[in-house]
Amino acid sequence: MNKIFEIPLYAYERSPDQDAPAPVRHPVVVIGAGPIGLAAAIDLAQDDVPVVVLDDNDKVSFGSRAICFAKRPLEILDRLGCGHEMVEKGVKWDVGKVFFDTRKVFEFDLLPEEGHAFPAFINLQQYYFEEYLVNRVRELQDAGKPIEIRGKNKVEAIGTHDDHVKIEVATPEDSYTLEADWLIACDGAGSPTRRMLGLDFVGRVFEDNFLIADVVMEADFPTERWFWFDPPFNRGQSALLHKQPDGVWRIDLQLGWDIDPEEEKKPENVIPRLKAMLGEDVEFELEWVSIYTFQCRRMERFRHGRVIFAGDAAHQVSPFGARGANSGLQDTDNLVWKLKLVMDGTAPDALLESYDFERIQGADENILNSTRSTDFITPKSEMSRILRDAVLDLAEEHEFARPLVNSGRLSVPCTYDGSPLNTADALEDGPARTRPGAPCPDAPLGDDFLLPSLAGKFTLLTIDADAPDHFEESGIEVTRLALSVKDDKTLALKQRYLGVAPSAVYLIRPDQHVAARRESWNENIFRTAVRRATGQE
Amino acid sequence: MAELILTPNIDAPDDFYADLLAAHEGLSKTESDALNARLILVLANHIGDREALAQAITAASDQG
Repeated sequence: MNKIFEIPLYAYERSPDQDAPAPVRHPVVVIGAGPIGLAAAIDLAQDDVPVVVLDDNDKVSFGSRAICFAKRPLEILDRLGCGHEMVEKGVKWDVGKVFFDTRKVFEFDLLPEEGHAFPAFINLQQYYFEEYLVNRVRELQDAGKPIEIRGKNKVEAIGTHDDHVKIEVATPEDSYTLEADWLIACDGAGSPTRRMLGLDFVGRVFEDNFLIADVVMEADFPTERWFWFDPPFNRGQSALLHKQPDGVWRIDLQLGWDIDPEEEKKPENVIPRLKAMLGEDVEFELEWVSIYTFQCRRMERFRHGRVIFAGDAAHQVSPFGARGANSGLQDTDNLVWKLKLVMDGTAPDALLESYDFERIQGADENILNSTRSTDFITPKSEMSRILRDAVLDLAEEHEFARPLVNSGRLSVPCTYDGSPLNTADALEDGPARTRPGAPCPDAPLGDDFLLPSLAGKFTLLTIDADAPDHFEESGIEVTRLALSVKDDKTLALKQRYLGVAPSAVYLIRPDQHVAARRESWNENIFRTAVRRATGQE
Repeated sequence: MAELILTPNIDAPDDFYADLLAAHEGLSKTESDALNARLILVLANHIGDREALAQAITAASDQG
């Protein structure tokens, strides 16, 4: 049976642009049909902004690659119309166990908070993830939305101008030139766009190799994340076992620095390692083997005039913590509503500068967390190993040491504290988790959930407070969502949005982040907050 | 925020010091290093206060 990643999902087709007498200008071109590029394109097309996605390949990603998807990205995907497919196919998990040598030293339960439409985490192969995004693109096309994926369209050169970008594209037939008002580069950690523009990408290199083996097996391991430090089957190194759909298991073995990657990838070397881990009798089949090294780094700025970088092209982290694809989806979630407002002339160009501010903040948070996990997992000096082992030794018996165990700090969304789009918090003693800059936590709303009502537009969320049902400020339409704790049976709304306050009014951005909040409506303050949240103040 | 105590604060300091040496008695260098590391973590957790811990790291580093 062919795997989905072996089938061309967007095979090359000749575009009329290739035969146009002069380069055709498109409002937005996205480079890269990976998870981030497709998400950006869907986000634009849903709102009728024409978008062309160029990819040098014609298939979804080869091999499982990114497999852990967190709640916030799933909520974003729900806004893009394909969150539920991901959850239905994905494997939900909450429990993680950490082993040191042969002993279990620590166990955590993500203890998903009640009252959210989406689970804390799912595991899903990247090829399924991309397939569902491509399906969503097809659905939008069937509905007449202006979105196009051009497979086997390889970008060869980029020329930047004040008001547009010129793109040279090679196809299996010939080369042609395209123009774009805006270019979004989502072409991965090795971003050719970044290279072509001669832009920096600096950070820390980690001298270590990891072997990923995704195996298909009938195994009775539970649906949990198991992480080993210094196990007997991989002495002095780490190991990870995690379940994916279709009986596929992710195995990740640290190999150290001084190895020959080509040799280690050969099945005759991989299989004995796996048998040592899984047991001689376990039957399995190799689906995908890869050796990776990693770096933690980012571009100094993500926006360069009319070219905007997102995902791994802009920042790269170690895989510990699932902060790669998850943060990339938050990039485009942050970018697209801003770009739309700038494109239609509602907001000034300055609004796009806040993409740099907010997503660099997110990237730095991810790099910090991922670097710390890596320093714990792969100690860089004798003393850091001694301290690491001391933490693990103590953790088995003493609760206090468990928070120090770091096998990856799992992806959580960034709160944009200090963002120029925020209005100072004016809800006295309001919950910290919903302060300005924070992503809105979900909550039950009758038989449904809160977040879908806050998607893709500016919303004035009122809880037991009066306010106009609708107002317009400087071209921005704001619609009220009026709620009351009287209808809040689970008290989730009260806990998450009121705290001890008797009432609250929240201004919420199209990406579901809080822009401003206070106890009651004040026309002048909220009008100013709208202008500030759109770069007009 | 607690200020790090850098004046004498241990009852019977000679007894404490003897206990510390006794804990290392007969251990190899590797075992002693591990014991010291565990001890640092246990004590750090007891102190808890991040400001005091940061001052302690500085005080220890300055004497190197």
